[in-house]
Amino acid sequence: MKFNVRTEGEYTVIALKGEVDLHCSPQVREQILKYLGDNCHVMVDLSGVEYIDSSGIASLIEGYQLAKRGKLQFSLVGVSEPAMQVLKLARLDKVLPIRNSVAG
Amino acid sequence: MAGSLSIDMNRSVMTTSDAQREPIIEIRDLVTHYGDRKVIDGLNLTVYQGEIMALMGFSGSGKTTLFRQMLGLKKPTSGTIRILGKDITTLGNREMYELRRHMGVAFQGGALFSSLTVAENVELPLREHTRLDDNTIRIMSRLKLEVVNLSGSENLKPSELSGGMVKRVALARALITDPRLMFFDEPSAGLDPIVSAELDELIIQLRDALKMTIVVITHELHSAFKIADRIAILDNGEILVTGTVDEVRNCTDPRVQNMLNRKPRDEAIDADAYLKRLTGANPP
Repeated sequence: MKFNVRTEGEYTVIALKGEVDLHCSPQVREQILKYLGDNCHVMVDLSGVEYIDSSGIASLIEGYQLAKRGKLQFSLVGVSEPAMQVLKLARLDKVLPIRNSVAG
Repeated sequence: MAGSLSIDMNRSVMTTSDAQREPIIEIRDLVTHYGDRKVIDGLNLTVYQGEIMALMGFSGSGKTTLFRQMLGLKKPTSGTIRILGKDITTLGNREMYELRRHMGVAFQGGALFSSLTVAENVELPLREHTRLDDNTIRIMSRLKLEVVNLSGSENLKPSELSGGMVKRVALARALITDPRLMFFDEPSAGLDPIVSAELDELIIQLRDALKMTIVVITHELHSAFKIADRIAILDNGEILVTGTVDEVRNCTDPRVQNMLNRKPRDEAIDADAYLKRLTGANPP
């Protein structure tokens, strides 16, 4: 898995690419929690994700929970089809905020 | 790390040609005895990445033995069993332990730890095999319990669960690591029709969403026809047919048709051998 972080307006966009699994999801979690901890609004760009397992999904849930607690914005953007299938399996497509693009 | 295995974690999507598909299980010329009795007789089977393979057969056909061998729980007399590229007939305990991290098993009886709560049972593989944060582990176990429709049961003990709930907790535990290869042993046995149908749907979703390769041992024809990409039918330790649902349905082997039509076996009797079994003595 690769990731990069960029700023788009008031958002910090964390873009993930490749396979997010047990081995690399702690990195994803760390990045999400770090920027939320710095009071940044966060978008996680999943357009380049080929596979995401439950540990990756758990990191997204944790991020969303933390953002709500801190009254920060948190959303997923450009969710790829493989990632969407996993979100749907867990019925999280109806829970986590999802945007088509960074612009909205 | 010394003794560790390198596993290719690529979960490529299944394609139509066998030559292009990645084999996840490759069994070649497998022979197995219990004492003098041959229970697996030169069996060959390939299961490809991202497919659901249903293994079917009469009781005593060798299904359970084959299942145990694919899990590395019983060594064959001869032949090879390659799982995720490794011949498990030659692996040591440590290598087999490493390989099992990529395999999930939902046993028929559940095999839950009675002293642990539902959540503790489900979380156990992650606590054993990973160093994930506690919070991540808790969310993952609740996610899996949601998927098997058991949300809110985290603090129950196995003795407080119905048979169907025990099976679903076992399934949640088997799924907790999102294994590359998943085995189900009689998943529908003892479940009501609605829960069975939901489980069939879940198995299909696991293949589609998580690209799992899934082996299901089942007696349930309806379930096998609904979920399987391919079906293998065993009898007397050999595979009678392997193919798609339509290929199996159209197989002309009378033993296959008997199974599909639920007809009792009409076995030829060796009179001398039968008498010997009854009397313990050779015929005059």
